[in-house]
Amino acid sequence: MKIVIAIIQPHKLEAVKKELYKVEVNLITVSPVLGHGKQKGVNEVYRGVKEVGNFLRKVRLEIAVNDNFVEPTIKAIVKGAKTGKIGDGKIFVYPLERCIRIRTEEEGSAAIG
Amino acid sequence: MEMINAGDTAWVLASSALVMLMTPGLAFFYGGMVRRKNVLGILMQCFIILCAVSLQWVLFGYSLSFAPGNPLVGGLQWLGLSGVGQAPNPDYAATIPHLAFMIFQAMFAVITPALIIGAFAERVKFSAFLIFTLLWATFVYDPLCHMVWGVGGWLRSLGALDFAGGTVVHINAGVAGLVATLVIGKRRGYENTPTPLHNLPFVVLGAALLWFGWFGFNAGSALGAGALAAQAFVTTHIAAAAAGLSWALLEWNVNGRPTIFGTVTGVVAGLVAITPAAGFVAVPSAIIIGILVSVFCFYAVSVVKPKLGYDDSLDAFGVHGIGGIWGALATGLFATKSVNAAGADGFFYGNPQQFVNQFIAVGVTVVFTAVVTFVILKVVDALVGLRVKEEDEEIGLDLTQHQEVAYTVLE
Repeated sequence: MKIVIAIIQPHKLEAVKKELYKVEVNLITVSPVLGHGKQKGVNEVYRGVKEVGNFLRKVRLEIAVNDNFVEPTIKAIVKGAKTGKIGDGKIFVYPLERCIRIRTEEEGSAAIG
Repeated sequence: MEMINAGDTAWVLASSALVMLMTPGLAFFYGGMVRRKNVLGILMQCFIILCAVSLQWVLFGYSLSFAPGNPLVGGLQWLGLSGVGQAPNPDYAATIPHLAFMIFQAMFAVITPALIIGAFAERVKFSAFLIFTLLWATFVYDPLCHMVWGVGGWLRSLGALDFAGGTVVHINAGVAGLVATLVIGKRRGYENTPTPLHNLPFVVLGAALLWFGWFGFNAGSALGAGALAAQAFVTTHIAAAAAGLSWALLEWNVNGRPTIFGTVTGVVAGLVAITPAAGFVAVPSAIIIGILVSVFCFYAVSVVKPKLGYDDSLDAFGVHGIGGIWGALATGLFATKSVNAAGADGFFYGNPQQFVNQFIAVGVTVVFTAVVTFVILKVVDALVGLRVKEEDEEIGLDLTQHQEVAYTVLE
């Protein structure tokens, strides 16, 4: 079992969701986050005063998957989120120790899907 | 010098302030409907119109609209308000200072281009919007205003009735919006799917301010603090109430749930529809006008728009265009001299000719606005380009056009 965490552009969320549904990954947790990479954020100006390097809005996805779903999930995220320009985001894959479905108390692979 | 009446003057000045508040009200009405990354863009456009068109109006817009001229446009003798002073102008309002009439009309000139922005929300460059607005105010609003309300204007001479601006404001803005959305194109990524409203309470707040301000818009158009103002006040309120309820019931019936968004949309549609009729119809007619406008507008925005696939983002045409056309035609059906001796009888009061007059006024407005708006859009597109870059549209207009954001995620 793995947990896939992806940081993507907010306006790519719909496209990524569509691609994930196509590979039958239907379980996803989404949260709005702030951050920046090499481009060091954006400039904002308030009453003539420039604020340099404010964080950019991003969306963070958390998806728990069984091992055979890892590659399709990564490919789907890339397909939906890639523009080729700076700021497209990153994908991190972690090992997942345990997973428990609260409703049934099932554990492990069965609890993910 | 004509006699200035204190009551009339007080009412028209208060009404001017009420109509002024409608533009910020509209800013919230529209601002709540866009995504959170574009809300400041909408607020900014409304406020800049309030600033820019007010100046345009006193410098030359008022003269082009109301100074004696030819049947199509006013003359230049009132440039910079030359000759527009404290003494009344009996051609327009004999009992209030000419300046009071001028500033009341200024608020109409301001809100009309602001209504259009709902059609091209979330995708237009700020510079293009600003040039478009000034050209549109000068070449569309001012001439049409003269044709309908100016002394010697040809639609006025024709006998078409427009109490408070159904043609000049609502059909005009609605049709301009439709043309703009067709020329500019859809928002990216939202083919035929509704965009998520980012703040529905803002929409409700905006609608409430519009309803409040509309008393100045319609009852103020009596240009005096008398019986006619009371008539227009009551028809305005009742049409809005009927339309809001009608939309809610319609939605309940069609979609299974009545919504607040639908209800406030209905209220605004009712206010639009009663605008040309407010001082010419009886209260029961206002109820009918209100109930039916929601039926027409509901059909326009929920059936026709998705089917034809144009992206009138915030329904400037669907509410103001359709509602305005219905109101103008309804004035030809329901007007009666028993309400306003200076008006006319409509179709249901034995004068079918009035309906024909209204129909001609609607037709002229639609054609004139559509053609001139199209030309202006093409000119602006050639000058600076109408749309923002794809990347900027995705990031949002707040950050890319104004370098500000409305809401923080962290403190």
